[in-house]
Amino acid sequence: MDKMIARAAWWLAALLIAVLAVAGAADTGFAIHMGIVALAAVIGLWVSLTRTDYKAVASGAITAPDQSRYDDDPIRWGVIAVVFWGLAGFLAGLYIALELAFPALNLGLEWTTFGRLRPLHTSAVIFAFGGNALIASSFYIVQRTCRARLAFPGVARFVFWGYQLFIVLAATGYLLGISQGKEYAEPEWYVDLWLTVVWVAYLLVFVGTLVKRKEPHIYVANWFFLSFILTVAMLHLVNNINLPVSLLGAKSYPLWAGVQGALVQWWYGHNAVGFFLTAGFLAMMYYFVPKQAGRPIYSYRLSIIHFWALIFLYIWAGPHHLHYTALPDWAQTLGMVFSVMLWMPSWGGMINGLMTLNGAWDKIRTDPIIRMMVMSLAFYGMSTFEGPMMSIKSVNSLSHYTDWTIGHVHSGALGWNGMITFSAVYFLTPRLWNTGRMYSARMINWHFWLATAGIVFYTASMWVAGITQGLMWREYGADGYLVNSFAETVAALHPMYLLRAFGGLLYLSGGFVMAYNVWQTIAGRQRVEEPMDVAPYDAETDRPLVAVPAE
Amino acid sequence: MSPHSTYESLRHLADSWGLMAMAVVFVAFAAWPFRPGAREDNDTAANMIFKDDDHGE
Repeated sequence: MDKMIARAAWWLAALLIAVLAVAGAADTGFAIHMGIVALAAVIGLWVSLTRTDYKAVASGAITAPDQSRYDDDPIRWGVIAVVFWGLAGFLAGLYIALELAFPALNLGLEWTTFGRLRPLHTSAVIFAFGGNALIASSFYIVQRTCRARLAFPGVARFVFWGYQLFIVLAATGYLLGISQGKEYAEPEWYVDLWLTVVWVAYLLVFVGTLVKRKEPHIYVANWFFLSFILTVAMLHLVNNINLPVSLLGAKSYPLWAGVQGALVQWWYGHNAVGFFLTAGFLAMMYYFVPKQAGRPIYSYRLSIIHFWALIFLYIWAGPHHLHYTALPDWAQTLGMVFSVMLWMPSWGGMINGLMTLNGAWDKIRTDPIIRMMVMSLAFYGMSTFEGPMMSIKSVNSLSHYTDWTIGHVHSGALGWNGMITFSAVYFLTPRLWNTGRMYSARMINWHFWLATAGIVFYTASMWVAGITQGLMWREYGADGYLVNSFAETVAALHPMYLLRAFGGLLYLSGGFVMAYNVWQTIAGRQRVEEPMDVAPYDAETDRPLVAVPAE
Repeated sequence: MSPHSTYESLRHLADSWGLMAMAVVFVAFAAWPFRPGAREDNDTAANMIFKDDDHGE
């Protein structure tokens, strides 16, 4: 009872502080954000008052969590959050793709301009869709591979809900024009501080579970998860050292200025790709692919080399975002060389994942989840080949600032991160809700083809658009003037923008198919359908051949 | 130390002893799973995810 009163008091205090902050806010955006925090505190207070089992408290029967069962509630919420934020993020992406093709869709409103919706899209897919997938699957995997129940259950729930609050604050902030203007690090100082608290709690739950493990060895997926959590914490802290203008206002200024600021930003930005979108998702790959295939990872040794090579190389690759800028030349070359070297561990990892299917290749035909995993690894391989190539200075002089970069990012994000997350959702949902299988395997197959076709439209159109753009920008006439004006290059890209939007539409449709499938699975239904693989049987022909006398 | 000499000395450390220390540590980590007798440990580690019944319930 004391505990419950203390918890309610904490919520009340949070509510009071948020309301005071609304009253004293220096700008409207900050006031709205503190209003959202106040609303979250009200919901928290209401839940902690109504959800308490007063009878159990009164009779003194405090139930300790059953250590012989895994703690899966935050993972279930996580799976639902992944599906929800995925749809939101893909929809935002499709909308801004259409804005680029038809600028009238900006609607003439500041809140719906491309500049504000674009970070909404990137954060929704990377941090909301991808982040929830990482948190949920890391909680699932760390329990199964440690064979121990999740440590600090209360903190784990705080991590989930705290992270959702971070997402809501970040997303609404972009629409209101609250932004640090740093790519993938747009949230302002107070949202950054909140994320730091959530992230430290996440680290605590993860390491706490590792500490209470019953298995002597820490499975390699957990190495990747731990490196992801630690590195993201370091990157986030260093890149967001900002001084707020006012303690009750949204605006802040960074400590780093000029080229130092640029280098810190891209050290952050590229390692966000390297550790958030690569190491974390590789952890998912190292657990879900062997589990779904029913075979151990092809080479455990290779997975360890893969791990250390990624850790040692990735952190130096950031400067390739700053080729031909004020950054010292040696730093640019360093970034380029390390990016090219990264090709090796990346392909080592891809081969390790694919070869896990050695001897079970037929599963690509019969199991749509395996099919998705294989496609995801294929895109991992393709984008980790394309990336090092684009980091080479002479290639970069053509590709940088063009749509080729956008195509590259989406081949990695839609192909690798998206596909491995979808297969994780399809792996987790029947297990977490104990339904045996997904509602429909054929719908997974539909999702697979919609997503794959969507990516093909997306990346192919962006290659053409990017190279067109790059060539048009650098074209000089005989008299030394640029041949094309910027507006002419935009006009030339219009058909490609339409194709890209079509690819996005396909990918979003696949997302809706997944949402329906997951919904029905959670509702406990199973679709009556023909299995994916049937050996044909014809009773008519199943009889001995009888000799027929000649006429 | 003036900012410039801090830069110079860090730069010097980075492309000499620092680089060497990183390379040695990396090689040691990468060679570790190849030490004699590690094969069995690696196999056990790779197969431990199948120990439990699927959902652990």
